[in-house]
Amino acid sequence: MMKSNLAAVENASTSEMGTVSDISSVVSPIKMQGKDVNVFYGAKQALFDVNLDIRKNQVTALIGPSGCGKSTFLRCLNRMNDTIDICRVQGDILLDGEDVYNPQIDVVELRARVGMVFQKPNPFPKSIFENVAYGPRIHGLARNRSELEEIVAKSLQRAGLFEEVKDRLDEPGTGLSGGQQQRLCIARAIAVSPEVILMDEPCSALDPIATARVEELIDELRRKYTIVIVTHSMQQAARVSQRTAFFHLGQLVEEGNTDDIFTNPKDQRTLDYITGRFG
Amino acid sequence: MFLALFSIVISIAFFAYYVGHRRALSLAGNDLSTLHSRPGYHGAFLAILTAVPAFLLLSVWAFFQTSVLDQFVLTRTDHFLVGLSSAQIEAFLRDAKAIAFGGIVSGVDEGKEFAASLYARYQKVGHVLAAGSLLVLAIIGFSWGYHRICASARTRHFVERSMMVLLVACSAVAVLTTIGIVLSLIFESLMFFRKVPVLDFVFGTHWSPQSAFEGAGADGTQTNTKIFGAIPLLAGTFLITSIAILVAAPVGLLSAIYLSDYASKPVRASAKPVLEILAGIPTVVYGFFAALVVAPTIRGWGEGLGLSVSSESALAAGLVMGIMIIPFVSSLSDDVINAVPQSLRDGSAGLGATKSETIRRVVLPAALPGIVSALILAISRAIGETMIVVMAAGLAANITANPLEAVTTVTVQIVTLLVGDQEFDSAKTLAAFALGLLLFCITLALNVFALRVVRKYREQYD
Repeated sequence: MMKSNLAAVENASTSEMGTVSDISSVVSPIKMQGKDVNVFYGAKQALFDVNLDIRKNQVTALIGPSGCGKSTFLRCLNRMNDTIDICRVQGDILLDGEDVYNPQIDVVELRARVGMVFQKPNPFPKSIFENVAYGPRIHGLARNRSELEEIVAKSLQRAGLFEEVKDRLDEPGTGLSGGQQQRLCIARAIAVSPEVILMDEPCSALDPIATARVEELIDELRRKYTIVIVTHSMQQAARVSQRTAFFHLGQLVEEGNTDDIFTNPKDQRTLDYITGRFG
Repeated sequence: MFLALFSIVISIAFFAYYVGHRRALSLAGNDLSTLHSRPGYHGAFLAILTAVPAFLLLSVWAFFQTSVLDQFVLTRTDHFLVGLSSAQIEAFLRDAKAIAFGGIVSGVDEGKEFAASLYARYQKVGHVLAAGSLLVLAIIGFSWGYHRICASARTRHFVERSMMVLLVACSAVAVLTTIGIVLSLIFESLMFFRKVPVLDFVFGTHWSPQSAFEGAGADGTQTNTKIFGAIPLLAGTFLITSIAILVAAPVGLLSAIYLSDYASKPVRASAKPVLEILAGIPTVVYGFFAALVVAPTIRGWGEGLGLSVSSESALAAGLVMGIMIIPFVSSLSDDVINAVPQSLRDGSAGLGATKSETIRRVVLPAALPGIVSALILAISRAIGETMIVVMAAGLAANITANPLEAVTTVTVQIVTLLVGDQEFDSAKTLAAFALGLLLFCITLALNVFALRVVRKYREQYD
């Protein structure tokens, strides 16, 4: 079963070279790369020689038990670890072949290109409009009010929230439901037109219906953005991602096509984890 | 005497606890689980029943003893008191008590001697009665409680309820004291407003109560109501408070931002306590700092620039007061800024905002209500501050916006009105209470406003 699937994938990708469809995505170009990444919190090492490629217009899921380093790796991708004093990163994180830890790189620009959505919805205590307009304002993306309004509307539409909130853009973002808040945060991230969106367990604070809505959204966003998602739910990883990386005790145990990881893992630890023997 | 009774009641209570504890243990036998409440609760139950009624009696007795004795003595000595005014009767009793119990006696006569002997006798009787009824009450309580103790006695609930009563009583003390202070303030102010119309006081622009005697009529009972205008004092208070806030708000707020978001842990750990030491400096020390260091310095600068600066200027007092309230602003703002969730900072940073952008556009707006209430609390603190302005601001009741002139404040005038020998029925002295009431109303209004802002702020995150 699995083999025939794979064969189909490979056939399709060779026959339709260059087009970005679900199936050809297997060979889509590399957007970000982690090379021999080691991360230390003080004296404690959290990541050991992680090598991982993030492919363009795909959803890459990082899975693994708590404390395995998957969030740490995610936060290296847009240098969110900079805010933690004791955190030290070694190795290379490449975005389009450029090292993001290069002192020449401006972290403000990096985060405009690599956006982030957090575990708990964290809308600012401002209006819905101001929440989405925040990024464009600080990066000066809109020349006037009407451009700003256009960006906000488009971002809300992409996040699938526009219809629900179009009549109350002036109301506080904190007044929305949890699922709506998370989609607002996604709209906020989209508004600065990033290339990559990092999501740190974006559904862990949401109910199943809101989760399904966000998962659908992730699948749609993939057409335009590259997405990396950390999740505790293996079903979620299987549903939304094309590639999966399994972390354990700070090491990248296995990565590959999501179908392979979940049906035919090569490493015993991956098998144990996805079959629920630990974690 | 009271001390002795007090310690007797205490020791009886300890004894009762011990007995109750023992009784519960013996009732339980080998199986403690047959008791509804642990033995300690039975002991406490018995101790409360024994001691609390006795204590209540003791405090009632202590409270009414003097007036009851006075009453008894008065009924027996009324033939000495015929034709005396109430003040003279008071003096008579005072002397009689001084003869009986020691003290300064203004004059001795037959009636006073007789009253003194009555006092001595009645007090002895009173003590015996008090001690007797105390013991009787304790014994009644003890034996009643002792017979109530059985395995199923719900003494735990009784002790819990007693705890609650104690807590309620303690909070009532604080609340009642406040009410009492306010009532006495209002009462004295009303006496003032009987002499000086409220409007003349609140809206009058001339303040010179020290000239009350010249202004008074020849018989000394008339009061010139036009010299009690509070506006100059309010203006002075307002000027100095504004200067203080102009100093404290930026310095306090910016240092709070530095401490909460920029300072490294070791810097924060040492800088914050140092800043809070500012709050621990006695205000009188600030006062002479203002009067002896700051005021002359400002005067020197002013002269260098060709300005005329009075030696006691609003600027000196305001600057030092501003320094004094920095810790209020910084400490409260620091708490509020820290209360802004890290997730908001992360969210902003994740969008590419710099640290100062994050603080300006996310953290400060989110913390604004709390910061406002911190400022308001600091203002009400500055308005009520006395020592610095007494020493550095001067006494001249000017209405001016020039910070280099001397002004005076409400608190300074209260102090000057009440210092020294005063008659407590002259308008001049009573004016102090009216000023106190005015000050109280202003700070109360500010505090209520600040609390409302804080409450609104809390709703945002919870």
